Amino acid sequence: MSNTVAATSVQETPYTTANPSVVTELSRIDRSMRGAAIFFLISSVLWLLIGSALAIIAAIKAHTPDFLGAYETLTFGRVRSAHLNAMVFGWSNNAIFAVGLWMMARLCRNEVRHHGMLYIAGALWNIATTIGIIGILLGHGTSIEWLEMPKNVTPVLALSYALIGAWGILAFRFRRGEHVYVSQWYILAALFWFPWLYTIAQMMIVWFPARGTVQAITNWWFAHNVLGLWFTPMALAAAYYFIPKVLGKPIHSYYLSVLGFWSLALFYNWAGVHHLIGGPIPVWLISAGIVASVMMVIPVIVTAINHHMTVVGSFGAVWRSPTLRFIVFGAISYTAVSLIGSAMALRSVNVVTHFTHFTVGHAHHGVYAFFTMIMFGSIYFMMPRLLYREWPSATLIRVHFWCCALGIGIMVVGLHVGGWIQGMMMNNPDIAFIDTVIATVPWLYSRSVSGLLLTIGHIAFALNFFWMIFPRRSVAAAGPTLLDGKEVSA
Amino acid sequence: MNNLPLLFLGIFFTLAFSWTGLILTSQIQFGGLVQTTQQLDAEGNLMEDEDLFPQQIVGLAKHGKEVYIDLGCMYCHSQQVRRPGFGADTERGWGNRQSVPRDYILQDRVVLGTMRTGPDLKNIGDRIPSTDWHHQHFYNPQITSPGSVMPPYAFLYRVQPVGDEPHPNAVSIPESSPYHPGPGLEVIPTRRAEALVAYMLSLRLNYSLPEAPIVEQ
Repeated sequence: MSNTVAATSVQETPYTTANPSVVTELSRIDRSMRGAAIFFLISSVLWLLIGSALAIIAAIKAHTPDFLGAYETLTFGRVRSAHLNAMVFGWSNNAIFAVGLWMMARLCRNEVRHHGMLYIAGALWNIATTIGIIGILLGHGTSIEWLEMPKNVTPVLALSYALIGAWGILAFRFRRGEHVYVSQWYILAALFWFPWLYTIAQMMIVWFPARGTVQAITNWWFAHNVLGLWFTPMALAAAYYFIPKVLGKPIHSYYLSVLGFWSLALFYNWAGVHHLIGGPIPVWLISAGIVASVMMVIPVIVTAINHHMTVVGSFGAVWRSPTLRFIVFGAISYTAVSLIGSAMALRSVNVVTHFTHFTVGHAHHGVYAFFTMIMFGSIYFMMPRLLYREWPSATLIRVHFWCCALGIGIMVVGLHVGGWIQGMMMNNPDIAFIDTVIATVPWLYSRSVSGLLLTIGHIAFALNFFWMIFPRRSVAAAGPTLLDGKEVSA
Repeated sequence: MNNLPLLFLGIFFTLAFSWTGLILTSQIQFGGLVQTTQQLDAEGNLMEDEDLFPQQIVGLAKHGKEVYIDLGCMYCHSQQVRRPGFGADTERGWGNRQSVPRDYILQDRVVLGTMRTGPDLKNIGDRIPSTDWHHQHFYNPQITSPGSVMPPYAFLYRVQPVGDEPHPNAVSIPESSPYHPGPGLEVIPTRRAEALVAYMLSLRLNYSLPEAPIVEQ
């Protein structure tokens, strides 16, 4: 590399936070990201609360259809899509913009310049998302899964994404230092993949629709890859960044991280077709999707070894650190959800789970137990560095963790069991269809309970978050807020 | 990994590979399918003077599909029939044959669906051809399907006092039913309700295609 800018004294001593010049450099970078990162984080937390409210309405309606039944705006088909879009485009993407760009700036060891553009682009993104979700509720949704927002707001989303994503690319272009860390590969790749997926899907399904079920293939190529090539790489980048950082030891194996990255890039791409098993598309496509889904076992096992072997032996530290408690929960969930996902792609399993609540449980297992928990963990690490203040309440962090861990646990188990029962009954033509519906009702109640728990967790998180941003009295920073049983400050 | 050209090329080609393999290839393989007659002659040509399938939905039913889309019906109802022996779709009467790519070529928006909280609807028009049934069901699903978790779509109906004589379009709900709005009142479908029912009745998988013939049992 011809990059000689970094040839300072920093290179002579190891690049760790034990080195005071590194600490100075990192806090300079943090300061340069401060405003933009906080802006995206506030947006994401507000969307998390809105998405939770929509989720609870949808969850209750799923077993008690008369609940708010008179309001067309809140009918299940709309409120459910509004929930999904609030969580995907509101909560998740804003969190990614904050966490991803901040990690990228730090790893590239360069300050973020001209971040005024990030505010404008971020405001555009959130305005478009708001209009899109109101559009869905008012009946202008498209009924294309993961692409429900009305046609007219999507170019605004694409444009504002381009302006935000460009910052990550620019940070990389002007990076300092020789080494490019594994988190940077994932973030860089995701920043390229997401706009490509989104633009192609919009073009081929909404603006210039392809003929017949080519639309469905494009739809699932997109929707599955939003998970696989956008959420997953960003969350894995965070896990790769924070686990070694907080524990103060290197990642288990460099070579496994290379293998994990490339096998994910190669196989995840093709896996989405498993959403169409048994559907009206050529069988070879389905087989290709199944093969890719099963091959996903490779990156998953490799990444699991890499993450879990780094953590082994430091479990006490993981449990004390709010960041790692959430992130390691997410990393373990990634292993579990991915292996279940590979199994679900097998025809003999899919014939039962397809078209049931099992899939809904699986989607939440991925997006929540893996991705969202890792984002929570990342935010717990970022905020004190951005604000030079500690989290005001360890109790609220504990409430957040336990409500979310229990809540998502109940949801995943409830929907997996309920969905399996539903699928087995549905495949037995001697059982009347209405009985398959009635059999799922208790399990749908369990989802409402879990939704309530998750929402309590989110409120605890939001309270702590806004309390930290707008402190009513100065919070004594006796040290980082840890979860070791002793309150640092309350 | 500091070989950046390799990283960039890898990022680009992995996604280009799946896009080409899954989408472009599909488009080439069956993105140009056209209507056909139910059987072909011995040389594989269309039969003369026979109707072409699938058929375009028109008029009120077409409007009904827009209502179906704006209400998000597809989040609980699929429109695809799996082959006999894979699931119980045909045994449940959801279609007399598997649905195939050609069945969808005239649809501007394909709503295959991935969820069966409710039953598949690809053949609902053939399975339940009664307009009355559908209106009762949309007004309140409990009337026709007790225990259902489908939301009531009463907002697609108008409740009004019965005039000198009952409205010709009034939904027939027995006076004794707990879901009847009350004595002296009747339930009138709005245009959107009429359209949605017309769309339901237009969903029929009752024709053969050369690649997917209906086998008489």
